[in-house]
Amino acid sequence: MAWFKKERSAPEDQDRKKVKVPEGLWLKCNHCRAIVYRKEVERSARVCPKCEYHFPISVEERIDLLLDLGTFREWSAGLEPTDPLHFKDTQRYSERLQAAQQSTGKKDAIVIGEGRINGARVVLGVFHFGFMGGSMGSVVGEKVVHAAEGALRERIPLVLVTTSGGARMQEGILSLMQMAKTAATIGRLAEARLPYFSILADPTFGGVTASFAMLADVILAEPKALIGFAGPRVIQQTIKQQLPPEFQRAEFLLEHGMIDLIVPRKRLKETVSSLVEYF
Amino acid sequence: MREYLDFEKPIAEIEEKIEKLTATGQERPGVPDDLRKLREKLYKLQAEIYTGLTPWQRTQVARHPQRPSTLDYIGRICDRFLELHGDRLYGDDHAIVAGLARLSGRSVVVIGPQKGKTLKERVLRNFGMPNPEGYRKALRLMRLAERFNKPVITFIDTPGAYPGLGAEERGQSEAIARNLMVMASLKVPIVSVVIGEGGSGGALAIGVADRLLMLQYAVYSVISPEGCAAILWNDPKKTPDAAEALKMTAEDLLRLGVIDEILPEPPGGAHRDPTAMCNAVKKAVEPHLSALLELPLDELLRRRHTKYRRMGVLGGE
Ligand SMILES: [Zn+2]
Repeated sequence: MAWFKKERSAPEDQDRKKVKVPEGLWLKCNHCRAIVYRKEVERSARVCPKCEYHFPISVEERIDLLLDLGTFREWSAGLEPTDPLHFKDTQRYSERLQAAQQSTGKKDAIVIGEGRINGARVVLGVFHFGFMGGSMGSVVGEKVVHAAEGALRERIPLVLVTTSGGARMQEGILSLMQMAKTAATIGRLAEARLPYFSILADPTFGGVTASFAMLADVILAEPKALIGFAGPRVIQQTIKQQLPPEFQRAEFLLEHGMIDLIVPRKRLKETVSSLVEYF
Repeated sequence: MREYLDFEKPIAEIEEKIEKLTATGQERPGVPDDLRKLREKLYKLQAEIYTGLTPWQRTQVARHPQRPSTLDYIGRICDRFLELHGDRLYGDDHAIVAGLARLSGRSVVVIGPQKGKTLKERVLRNFGMPNPEGYRKALRLMRLAERFNKPVITFIDTPGAYPGLGAEERGQSEAIARNLMVMASLKVPIVSVVIGEGGSGGALAIGVADRLLMLQYAVYSVISPEGCAAILWNDPKKTPDAAEALKMTAEDLLRLGVIDEILPEPPGGAHRDPTAMCNAVKKAVEPHLSALLELPLDELLRRRHTKYRRMGVLGGE
């Protein structure tokens, strides 16, 4: 399609634009609502100095944070979403895709590839929440599978960093089937005894949590990340009760035995690196 | 007492006439003739209304309170059924029924959500919305089936996994995810039938199967039309549009390669003739089960894996 060609001509500009923070010296924390000095947040891997809330970061920042600099090589970069249902709500899905691709410079909501963590080879997949809420349709499901199959082929560990609202409604039942598809492939990885680590970032919900994200051998989460199956608003409407404070935060999941560790962003690389060594 | 959906009003009117006429006595001259004509008209009208059902109307049929449920199918299809309880971890979820059954001379494990028919039963069954314990009970029985080499049959009819506080605390996501992974490589045949409402991940968690059959007016979707309308249109009145857009009917799913077969319903829907519907389901399930049981295990698993591996539509490279 024509608009892809246009896209391809300037992907680097797009990436830089995304990484760059908009103007303004001050930033309001999503969690504690404190007004914090932007530079300070940026210096600390985008962590709130007041409450340790981890602000969203771009895919590129995430890759730089986790892998040895310059070792990442992207896989399956050419996969593009289609509009198999010809879905239209207030806007066509094809138009939403186009807008998301133009604003993010990405073809869909995940980037996968291989690289090194302190010298050790791993397969890494990173979700991009900015692309339609990091939702999983056919392409995201396929790339998760490519990542796992690549780990199987190369016999190296798989690391997936999730931030997603869940299945992508605009691909209907096909999105739902990505849950089965990804879970099946993670099962193969487990049978082959290849380690898989998931890192749940804010927010991770729905069909992503309820498939490959919760199936990792070791599940890590960033501090204060919201993680769950149903969104808090839906739960509130259903049970008509006040939800406990910090409900569905990473700390809440740790307390209930649903994840292994909460790891601050700055210590993620060394933690994953030591996990890789253990296995 | 028969319950009518909005678009079934014309059907209700004729049925009322038939009832009244019957009550006046069939011996009176002219009455048998009138009755016959009315019944013909009813049959035609029913066929007309049901061929033209919109996806949203189908959703209503799929949710009809008198539509045959998991327990109806089990009761009419199986020769014996022994319900088993509990996940051995926390509790017993009444929203999912599971147990051992005899079907055409062989032992099987059957699993399915139960919505409940009376208000009291619906509350007990949590309206067919399972908590993690329901999925873990299902998992326990699937593993039991695997250990003793018995095929698994699941019936799908749920609005979805329960979005509750306790469900989140006890790992709703993990329970669903685990089932998906285990079912994908369970070493016995799995046949699933969408009998009513296939509500998202909560349905899929018992629906990863070698063969997925679907009743003609059943629906299966990534999100309910109501939920989709609320999120994408921000307008509950757009629910019928959402039902249309989501492509959630049996024909849609067959075209998208998600299901293997559509099971036709009796005129006016499964709730009009539960016995006929149950017999049809039994007749449809048996040959699939026999065919799957003849496959060598590695071939069965290879086909199941390939089937799910291919799900989705991709562009680009
Ligand atoms: Zn803060």
